[in-house]
This record gives sequence, structure tokens and C-alpha cells, in this order.
Amino acid sequence: MRDNETHIPVSVITGFLGSGKTSLLQRLLNTPEFADTAVLINEFGEIGLDHHLLEEIDENTLLLQSGCICCTIRGDLKDAIRDLYSRRERGVIPPFRRLVIETTGLADPAPILATITSEPVIRHHFRLGNVITTVDAVNGVLHLRRQPESAKQVAVADRIVLTKTDIAEASEVDLVKAMLQRVNPTAPIIESADTPVDPAFLLAHDLHDDTHKLSEVKRWLQAESKDDGAHHHPRDVNRHDERISAFALTFDGALDWTAFGIWLTMLLQSRGEDVLRVKGILNVVDVPTPVVIHGVQHIVHPPVHMKKWPDDDKRSRIVFIVRDIPKEEIANSLSAFNRLARDLDRSHDAA
Amino acid sequence: MCSLCGLLGEAHWTDRSASPKAFGGGQRPPTRRQERLYRVKLVNEVLAYFALRLDDWQGQSFVLRSRTGKTEIVDDLMAVWSAAETMIGRKLDPTDPSLVGYLKQGATRH
Repeated sequence: MRDNETHIPVSVITGFLGSGKTSLLQRLLNTPEFADTAVLINEFGEIGLDHHLLEEIDENTLLLQSGCICCTIRGDLKDAIRDLYSRRERGVIPPFRRLVIETTGLADPAPILATITSEPVIRHHFRLGNVITTVDAVNGVLHLRRQPESAKQVAVADRIVLTKTDIAEASEVDLVKAMLQRVNPTAPIIESADTPVDPAFLLAHDLHDDTHKLSEVKRWLQAESKDDGAHHHPRDVNRHDERISAFALTFDGALDWTAFGIWLTMLLQSRGEDVLRVKGILNVVDVPTPVVIHGVQHIVHPPVHMKKWPDDDKRSRIVFIVRDIPKEEIANSLSAFNRLARDLDRSHDAA
Repeated sequence: MCSLCGLLGEAHWTDRSASPKAFGGGQRPPTRRQERLYRVKLVNEVLAYFALRLDDWQGQSFVLRSRTGKTEIVDDLMAVWSAAETMIGRKLDPTDPSLVGYLKQGATRH
């Protein structure tokens, strides 16, 4: 397991063009407790950011052998993070405690996440924090429907910041919120125009933070309870928001960890580009405490062991956010793998 | 994962969590070796549908074989599926209804 104390958390701020990423970043960096944050941005926007730890990176990507775009390690980002760390260690720049990466408006966040979790040097010094996605309340509905990038940015988010709610009609705000909740019911939506943004909630409270681990998992499970079990079928394949569906699966008996690992790796290898998020709490055979699983596309975080269950319900509950995959397919498949494990005599060969 | 990372001791998430410590608290937690053999046995239940077979290799790697004699050494579970994909020329989709049906039959046989 990783030592969370020694790894520098990396938060990713993403969001469609003009959705207010830089304004949000500026507000976050202005708070004294987050002043020791290093920032990497893809492009300098119209809003000037005056921060002593600001770097610009160029787009250039290095494709891994697998050739899958979401597992691309971005060469530019890799160099930028390594360089930042090297200068931190040499004392050239102050010893920043966290890193924030602001993506371009059209960016797919997955390669950025892959770079942080897979690059051999970076993964030993950094760990992934929250993905924060900004959505413009005025144009958000249009972006979600028409732009695959926007729908994906929302699907992979841990936090959604709804901007420009002060200049949008109340009906527009309601509509965009309903769409956001449907695409990603696990991410809390923060309306940035009306309330002061809490930087700690966005940047610091995550699954790897021991004091907030439990509340984070509880939030996912609330999303699970919102799933009405209705089967979602897209009416219009050109509407990107409708191709994405979120649903929860609940398993009464304990799950076999090995079978689950086999099933998930196989699913991610074959359909990983359409499995946007997997989040859940598992009741594992022979393990009294819950195991938390958390993945974005092909990237699966090291499983987190919790000291206790968040509530009295000790069933395994997993939330999936997928593109064009029906709930029944996932449910039947995982059940079949688990049943196979249950019926195999575990001790027979293993002795 | 490249062989260099393997030498450096990079662990896939399924390996990392297969350690007895990760299973902590259980009455008789399996050893890493037992877990690995059990994993191979389970994977073979699935690979049999695709006429492939996996063997453990020194507790470090796995050897994937096809019936036509193709062989490949792979480091972790994720790599098993990508190597298998190359061997049979198509994706191994766990949600494929015919595979799910096959596994259900297998479960009743055991």
C-alpha cells in the first residue's frame, strides 16, 4: 500500500472551453492554506494567473505499446512533472505540498490520470487526488449533448463545479444539474457563483485522505441509492450525454477477490474505453472489513482497505459509469465469474 | 508492463492486493503462492472457452499457450488478456453472452 503521507497529491481541473477552469483555479490558489500548490497548465487563457509555481506544458503525446488513447502517457506532462519534482528536491522551488494540473478545454483527462498513476518515476512520488470538472451553466447542456469530451470530463469527475449560475436562467441550471446527476451521480455538484468554494473539499478531501475516506465512500453509496434500476437506452446516439449511463449493482453474498480481479481486468482490457468509472465497496470473502475499489477507464487505484463499514449494509455495492453498455450485461457477467469461483474448491489446488 | 518494470518490482493492483496482508484479518489467509495458483486455476476456467491455457512461471510471471503452440510470457493479469487478444485475434469480452453461458455451465459442473 502507498504511504499517503509521502506522496504528493495531484488534482486535475478539467472542463469544456470557457467553463471557468482558470477562474476556479485562481480562487483556489488565493486561499492561504493552498498557497503551497504547484500548478501545471496546458494553455494560458485570457485570465492572467499570477502564481509563483506556475508552469506551462506543451501538447505532445507519447503512445504506449498498447496503443490505447486512454493509457497514453503524455510525454510533455511526464517531463513537466519530473522536472518540477527535481527542482523541488534541489531546493530551486519551494517544497510544494500538492500539484494541480489544468487541462485544455478539449482534453480527455484519462491520459493525464494514466501518466500520474503509471509513469514509473512519477508514481513513486505523486498520487492521484480529485478530478474536478467545471461546467458552464449557460452552455453546459449543449456541450454535454454535442461534445463527447464534455460528457467524458463529467463522467470521470470526483467533483463538479457548476459555474456561471448567476447569469443562467433557473430552468437552465435545473436542467444542467439533472443531466450532470444522470451522467455522474457520484460526484457532488458545487455551484460556484452563489457560494464560496471550499478549496479543501475540492483539493484535499479524497479517498486517500484517512479523515475523509469514509464520507467519500458514503457519498458514492448515496448515488447508488438514487439508481432506480430503470434500464437506460439512448434515444439518440448523437447525444453524447445519453450514451453514458450510471448504475449500481448490489451483491448479497461476499465476492471472491480473485474472481473480481480477473473479471475487472478482462472487462477493462476489452471494453475499458467505455467503462468510464468504477467505484464501489466490496464485501470480500474472508475479509471482515470492506475493500474500496476505484477506477477510471483502464486505471485502477490500489484497493483501499477501510477499518469499518460506512453503514449497517454490508453488501457489496458497485457504481458503474459506462458508455453504451447495458446494466444487465455487467451484472450477469460479474455474477457468473463470482459463482464460478464460489463453486471451485479453493483449497484443492492451492494446498 | 515492461520487463524492466517487472525487475524493478512494479506490482499490478491485482498482485498488490493478493498478498496475505491485504487479506488481513481472515481466519486462514491464503499465502501469496496459494493465491497465485488459485488465480491461475480460475483464469483457466475462462481461457478454456478460447482454447487457451495459462501456467504459473516461478511465481513471477505467467506463460500463456494456445493449442496451436503459440507461447507468451506475461507479467500480470492485465497482460494476460492483451496477449490472449493478440493470440486469438479478437477481444476477450467477459460480457459476451455465450461466454457467460459457458461459465454458468462450468459452475454447475464443479
